[in-house]
Amino acid sequence: MDFNFIPLAFGEAISPTTAAYALATIGLVVHFGFTGLVNFGQAGFMAIGGYAFVVTSLQFHWPLPFAILATIVCSVIFAFLLGLPTLRLRADYLSIVTIAAAEIVRLSVKTPELTGLTGGATGLNGGAEDFQALNPFPNGQYLGPLHMTASDLWAAICGWALVLLACLLVWALMRSPWGRIVKGIREDEDAVRALGKNVFSYKMQALVLGGVLGGLAGALFILPRSLQPDNYGTQLTFFLYTIMLLGGATTIFGPLLGAAIFWVVLSLSDGLLSLAVTNHILPITSTQQGPIRFIIVGLALMLLVIFRPQGILGKKAEVFFRA
Amino acid sequence: MPKTDVNELIAGPVAPGVPKKNPIVVADGVTRSFGGFTAVNVEHVEIPANAITALIGPNGAGKTTFFNLLTGFDKPNEGRWTFLGQQQYGVPAHKVARRGMVRTFQLTKALNLLSVIDNMLLGAPQRAGERFFASLVPSIWRQQEESLTEKADELLKKFKLDAKREDFAGSLSGGQRKLLEMARALMSDPKMVMLDEPMAGVNPALTQSLLGHILDLKKEGMTVLFVEHDMHVVREIADWVIVMAEGRIVAEGSPDTVMDDPAVIEAYLGAHHDTDLGDVRGQQEIAKDMESDLIKHEIEEEIEEEAADGR
Ligand SMILES: Nc1ncnc2c1ncn2[C@@H]1O[C@H](COP(=O)(O)OP(=O)(O)O)[C@@H](O)[C@H]1O
Ligand SMILES: [Mg+2]
Repeated sequence: MDFNFIPLAFGEAISPTTAAYALATIGLVVHFGFTGLVNFGQAGFMAIGGYAFVVTSLQFHWPLPFAILATIVCSVIFAFLLGLPTLRLRADYLSIVTIAAAEIVRLSVKTPELTGLTGGATGLNGGAEDFQALNPFPNGQYLGPLHMTASDLWAAICGWALVLLACLLVWALMRSPWGRIVKGIREDEDAVRALGKNVFSYKMQALVLGGVLGGLAGALFILPRSLQPDNYGTQLTFFLYTIMLLGGATTIFGPLLGAAIFWVVLSLSDGLLSLAVTNHILPITSTQQGPIRFIIVGLALMLLVIFRPQGILGKKAEVFFRA
Repeated sequence: MPKTDVNELIAGPVAPGVPKKNPIVVADGVTRSFGGFTAVNVEHVEIPANAITALIGPNGAGKTTFFNLLTGFDKPNEGRWTFLGQQQYGVPAHKVARRGMVRTFQLTKALNLLSVIDNMLLGAPQRAGERFFASLVPSIWRQQEESLTEKADELLKKFKLDAKREDFAGSLSGGQRKLLEMARALMSDPKMVMLDEPMAGVNPALTQSLLGHILDLKKEGMTVLFVEHDMHVVREIADWVIVMAEGRIVAEGSPDTVMDDPAVIEAYLGAHHDTDLGDVRGQQEIAKDMESDLIKHEIEEEIEEEAADGR
């Protein structure tokens, strides 16, 4: 039997994709964990960011810094579009609008009329070329048994640097009076309003911040792969929720830990299942194997929410005193 | 704190909507209906400045709804009102608070997952650290944070919550949450404090100190408007009483006399239409609710007579 998949699965913990998931989840933690905004469309922010980045660099030939700027600006605009009509209303309106808006983005970029710009249903290749042109590492395999390529290594280093920067930013905000207000809004926005704070403005600021982190995660996500609309389905948002609950919804480093565990468990179960399938230990086919690993993740999430609702890094008391 | 003499408050004969010598709030034609049901219909009312005014009335009279309207938490169908001489119709809730009119809620709103001290600090007015980019640079806000923390600690000590400073507000008892909500509102140095049933659910041991705090607010120059059902409390601290029933102001007066106003008796009787008024016990229940000595006295006489007849 071939157990090579084990070190590779653990290597997933530091892959650029994991960094992208962690970054998007930090955005979600700002929304959901700290401000109480139920955003079910984080995949939409990632799509907006990914498309803004690839379309501007590939189709418009914008230099890298401008493509990154475009990613940020488009995420901000998307956040305003979602927030302006909903943030004055009851909390559930935002969740409905975000889940729909994310699907609208995914389906719009697929329309044939936009194929010239977005690549339609097949997406776009080579969005990371400008970024990889800056890669200082010569071709080869890195990190021993992980067999990381030079481009993956470069994407991972920049990706995790971005993630740590985001952690620092969110930490600095959440320990400040600004953070106290958004946490107050999470608890009871009328109480905060009664204390003279412009609740709408703070909710909008939080939505924009988390959305920009989601958009940047979208750009990071396409570095090791091509841009494909169907990567941004609703299930992506729910993976991010899984990661957030896994690590702890009100923690700074929870998303990092959660994303790493999520991807390691996913790859490990994939490897174990294919081992079992090819050696005829389990009575399933290899096509059934894909969905089954998600069932395993789902089961793990259920157990977690039952036995450790605060997540791995969260504090027990936070669940106890939740109103 | 001595009570303010009634003649120093009013500028006309005692009646619903009587003008005040020094009003802080003046409301005109304020109505609010839910569907076809009119919850508030206030023709004219003035709240005297630097005095303690009790707003009483049976359940469902519209007291909370009137609070919500004045503080910008709800929009009236019609009406205008001023606070400190400034138009305040249509001003959003957070700006109302910044103008110096702060409120508490009938259902206490402690911010459960914030510590007691963070709850307090949230009550302080707008400052640098609450702006997105400035909040990233602690040197901009640290000094203000420290002086506000000092102020918060003083208030916590006064409200006997200092031992709970670092605890989650969610771990406090119901009465302690009421205290916290009030202390938090005071962090902004308001001009007028509106308390919606501040004593509800507070244990009797705390009630006395809460009353003391309310009297202190007046001493410090603030205006207090509070909703309360316990007439003992109203008698003890209120300078003036406004009675609401079915959305309207039906009576105003000094705490000692207002409960004997026929309009008030009718208001409370009306609210007890499900009580058997032929039954003396039922009447007694209402009297208890109203805390009206006059009516209580009358009913007691009646009971005695009945007892005599029965003999
Ligand atoms: N949001 C609302 N929707 C419908 N009816 C309401 C609403 N708020 C209050 N009411 C009704 O308005 C009336 C006055 O309520 P409220 O102001 O809470 O009375 P109070 O505080 O004097 O007990 C009640 O009959 C209540 O049912
Ligand atoms: Mg009420």
